[in-house]
Amino acid sequence: MAVDAAREAGSLRGARLRISATFWRRPWLKLAVLLIPPVAAFCIIYVSSLGVMLASSFWSTDAFTAAIVHSWTLEQFRTIFNLSDPTYLRIAGRTIGIAAAVTVTDAVLAFPLAFFMAKIAGRRLRALLFVLVLLPLWSSYLVRIYSWTTILSKTGPLNWVLNGLGLPDQHLVYTNAAMWIVFTYVWLPFMVLPIYAAVERIPDSLLEASMDLGGRGLRTFRSVILPIAFPGIVAGSIFTFSLTLGDYITPELVGGPSSSFIGNVVYGQSATNLAFAAAYAMVPVGVMAVYLGIARRLGAFEAI
Amino acid sequence: MRKRIRAWHVAVGALAAAALVVPAVGVSKSHSGLPTSVGAGEGALSLVEWPAYSDKSFAATFEKQTGCKITRKDAGSSNEMFNIMHGGGGGGGGQYDLVSASGDASLRLIYAGDVVPVNVKLIPSWKNFLPAFKSPPHNTVKGVHYGVSLQWGPNTLLYNTAKIKPAPTSWASIYDPKYKGQITVPNNPIQIADAALYLQKTKPALGIKDPYELTKAQLDAAVSLLKQQKSLLKRYWVYASDEIKDFKSGDASIGATWPYQTLTLQAEKVPVKELIPKEGATGWADTWMLAKRAPHPNCAYKWMAYVSTPKVQAQQAYVFGETPVNPKACPFMNKLQPGLCTKYHLNAPASYSRSIRFWKTPIKQCGWGGRNDCMDIQAWDNAWASITG
Amino acid sequence: MPGRTGRIGLGVWTGLVVLFLWLPLVIIGLYAFNASQVQSWPITSWSTHWFSVAWHDEEVRSALWLSVRIALAATAIALLLGSMAAFAIHRFAFFGRESVSFLLLLPIALPGIITGMALNSFFSFASVKFSIWTIIVGHATFCVVVVYNNVVARLRRTSGSLLEASMDLGADGWQTFRHITWPLLSTALVAGGLLAFALSFDEVIVTTFTAGAQITLPIFILDNLRQGQQLPIVNVIAFVIILLTIVPVWASQRLTAGDESRASAAGGAIAAEP
Repeated sequence: MAVDAAREAGSLRGARLRISATFWRRPWLKLAVLLIPPVAAFCIIYVSSLGVMLASSFWSTDAFTAAIVHSWTLEQFRTIFNLSDPTYLRIAGRTIGIAAAVTVTDAVLAFPLAFFMAKIAGRRLRALLFVLVLLPLWSSYLVRIYSWTTILSKTGPLNWVLNGLGLPDQHLVYTNAAMWIVFTYVWLPFMVLPIYAAVERIPDSLLEASMDLGGRGLRTFRSVILPIAFPGIVAGSIFTFSLTLGDYITPELVGGPSSSFIGNVVYGQSATNLAFAAAYAMVPVGVMAVYLGIARRLGAFEAI
Repeated sequence: MRKRIRAWHVAVGALAAAALVVPAVGVSKSHSGLPTSVGAGEGALSLVEWPAYSDKSFAATFEKQTGCKITRKDAGSSNEMFNIMHGGGGGGGGQYDLVSASGDASLRLIYAGDVVPVNVKLIPSWKNFLPAFKSPPHNTVKGVHYGVSLQWGPNTLLYNTAKIKPAPTSWASIYDPKYKGQITVPNNPIQIADAALYLQKTKPALGIKDPYELTKAQLDAAVSLLKQQKSLLKRYWVYASDEIKDFKSGDASIGATWPYQTLTLQAEKVPVKELIPKEGATGWADTWMLAKRAPHPNCAYKWMAYVSTPKVQAQQAYVFGETPVNPKACPFMNKLQPGLCTKYHLNAPASYSRSIRFWKTPIKQCGWGGRNDCMDIQAWDNAWASITG
Repeated sequence: MPGRTGRIGLGVWTGLVVLFLWLPLVIIGLYAFNASQVQSWPITSWSTHWFSVAWHDEEVRSALWLSVRIALAATAIALLLGSMAAFAIHRFAFFGRESVSFLLLLPIALPGIITGMALNSFFSFASVKFSIWTIIVGHATFCVVVVYNNVVARLRRTSGSLLEASMDLGADGWQTFRHITWPLLSTALVAGGLLAFALSFDEVIVTTFTAGAQITLPIFILDNLRQGQQLPIVNVIAFVIILLTIVPVWASQRLTAGDESRASAAGGAIAAEP
C-alpha cells in the first residue's frame, strides 16, 4: 500500500500520509477535530447564554434598582398569561398573526418570481434577476424601512400617485397594514432564494411529461410543482416568520398606536426588568420551536 | 463515506472541549473617594443624552479647548437611559461617562449603584446655581451630590396653527375626539403622570395629590383616560425626530412635546406654536451624572464644568428650548435672542419652577398620608403596556 | 412548461415584484439629493450638499470602517467554523448528529432579539467588557449558520465517490482536499461568505445588545434616524452602498451560477454511470 511505502521514505508527504492514515483508522478523531471547535464555541457561548436567559425568566427584578432577585418564581409567566388583563397575550397574538400574514404574502409574491427565474428566464436574464433580487439585501435595512414611512405618509408619493389618478388618500402610515407591507418587502429576497433552489431541482422532463399527460398549467402546478417545491417554501418561511417574530425596529419606525410587538416589550424592559423580558422572550422561542418541528417534518431542513 | 461513531467518542470529545475553556472573568473596579482636582483630559468623552444636549454649536469649542472628543448616544426616554447605563454589567458598562438623567431616572441610577458621587467644588459655576437646583432631592441623597444639575423645562402642548383653530388652551385638546387621527403623544410610561395631572384638575373627586404618587384607583382612572385617547392618536412618538417628521408631513397636528421639537419645526417654516395649558404641566429637571465605570472621568468633570458656565448654559437653552440652572446665563440668553431669558422663565420667581411637576420615579411610599400602597414603576410599566399593547 | 400566456403572465408578475423591491431604493436615491433636513414629499429643493457632509464626517468614516472590520472578522470565523461543522455533519454519522445539526440552525431560526438579549446577559454575567469582540462573537453566531448551510447544500450535491476515487488513487488527505474538495467547495464558500458579510454589515438588533459604546454603521444610521439632525446623510450612505455593491454582487453571481451547473452536471454524470 502507498502508506507503507511512504512511511519508509519519511518525507513530508510521508508525514501527511501518516496523518491521513491516523484519521482513516480513527475516524472519530477526524470528527472530533472538525467538530469540537464550532460546537464548543456554540455550547459555551450561545447555548449557555440561552440557558442563563431561561433561568432569568424564573427570577424577579427589584422595581426600583432593577437588581435581579434570585428567588424562583412564576410571577413573570403569570403576568404574561394573565387572562384578566391579556395585554401581553394580545401583543403576542398580534406579532404571530402579522408574522403569519407576512409569510403567506411573501410566499405568494416570491413563487412566480422564483419559478420564472428558474424555469423560464434565459441565463443572462436569470443572472440579472438574481442581482436585482439580492442587491436590496445589501443596502441598509433601516434606511429602506424609513423610506417606506415617507412613501406611505399622508403627503407621500403613494397618495401623490393616487390623487393623480383621482383616487382618495390612503392613511396607511403608522398602522398594522403599513407594518405588514414593510415586513413583506424586507424579507422577500429571503423567500425567493430557497424557492428558487427547490424549483431549480425539478427536472424539465417532469414538467413536460405532466403537460403531455394533459395536465394544464394549474393542474401541473398543483400536482407536480407545488409538492416538490413545498419544502423550499417552508424553508423560506422559517426566515420570514422568525425575522418578523423578533423584530422591534419596524414597529417603532412604521407602527402606530396599536402596533407593539413582542420585541418592543422585550427591548424596552431588557435592563429595567430583565426577568420579565427574558420570560416574554421565551414566547417566540416556544413558537419557533413548534414551527421548526413542523418544518422539519415537512422536509424544509433539506431545502435551506 | 460515513463511519459509525460511538457515543463514548462523542462524550470524550465534549469533556475535552469543556476542560479547554476558561471562562473570561473580568475585574470590575469600584470608584472610591471623591477626586480633589481634575487631571488632564483623556482625549475622549462618551455621553448618554437627550437630543442636542451636546450640540455642535457649543460642543465644538469644548472639544477644541480640552481635546476631549465627544461620542454621543441619544435617548428617547428615561427608561432607555436607565437601560443603557444599567446594562453591560452596570455603571455605564465601562463605555459611557456621563448621562443627562432626568428626575425619574436619577434616583434609580443612584440606588442601582450605576453612578457615583460628584465633588461639586470642582464645578466653579455650581455656587451660582438657583437654590432650587443646587441640591435637589432628585440628585442629592443625604447631603451627597450625585451629579450636577443641568437644565430644566416643561412638557408643552404643540399645535399646528393652520390646522387647529381656535388655539387650544387646555390639555383637554389631546383627549378630544374632534382631533381624532391628528394627535401624537410620547410613548413613555411617565405619560400617565400627564393624564393624572389633567384628572387632578378635572376630577378632584379622585383625590390625586401628586401625579407621580397614585393609588390603584387613581392609576386605573388615568389608564382608562389614556385608553380612550389611544383611539384618537396618529401614533406614539418614541424620539423627538418622529414628532418633527409627523408635524412636517402633516400626519399630526397637535400633541405633547418638548420645546426642542417646536424650535426645530419653526426653523423648518412649519406653522406651529406651543403653550403650557391651564392645568399646568409636567416637566423634567436634568442632571449630568458620572458613571461608576466611567473610562474618562477627567473629561467628564471638564464637561460638567463647561456646560455650567453662563454662556454655554444660554447656548444650550437656546438650542433645546429649556431653562438654565445658572441665573448668570440671563444676559447671554438675551444676546442670542432678545427676551429669551423671560421667555424661558429664568428670571421668574421660584414659584414658577415649583409649579412644574418634574418627572420622578413612582414608588410605593406615597409622600402624602403616610401610605405605602401607591403604585410603583413596575405597575406603571405594566399599565402603560396595557394601554399601548 | 407553461404556455405563452403563462410565460407572459409570470414575466409581468416578475417585473412588478422587482419594481416593488426597487421602489424604496429609488426613493432613497432621490432623497440623497434632497436639500431639506426633514424627509417630506415632494422634494422642493435639490442639492448634493449632504454628500460632502457625509464624506467629511468623521463619525461616518469610523462607523463604516468599524462595520467593515467586524464583518470581515465574523465572516472569517464563520468560514472556518461553518465549513468544519458542515464537513463533520455531512461525512459522519454519530450519536447526537441530529441535535448538533439542529443546534447550528438556532441562531438563524431564533429571532435576533433573543440572541442579542441572551448574549447580553451572558456577557454581563461573566463581567466581560462590551467591545468590538463581543459584537464579533454575536455576529459570528448567525454567520456560521449561513456558511454552514451553503457548504452542506453543496456537499449534498457533490458525489462522495469522487473523494473515494481520489483516495483509491493514492492521494493523501491534503491532496484530496486541495485538488478535489476545494474546487468543488470554493464557490459555495464564496457565496456563503458574501451572504455572511452582508448580514453582518447590516445587522443592528444583535449589535445593539452586544455593543458597548462602539458605533457600527447600522447603529449610526439608527441614531441618525432618531436624532434627525443630519437625516439625509443616511440616504447618502445607503445610496452609495447600493452603487458600491453592484459589482461584487454581480461578480459573485457569475461565479456561482456557472459552477453550480457544472457541479450538478458532474454529479449527474457520475451518478448516471452504472
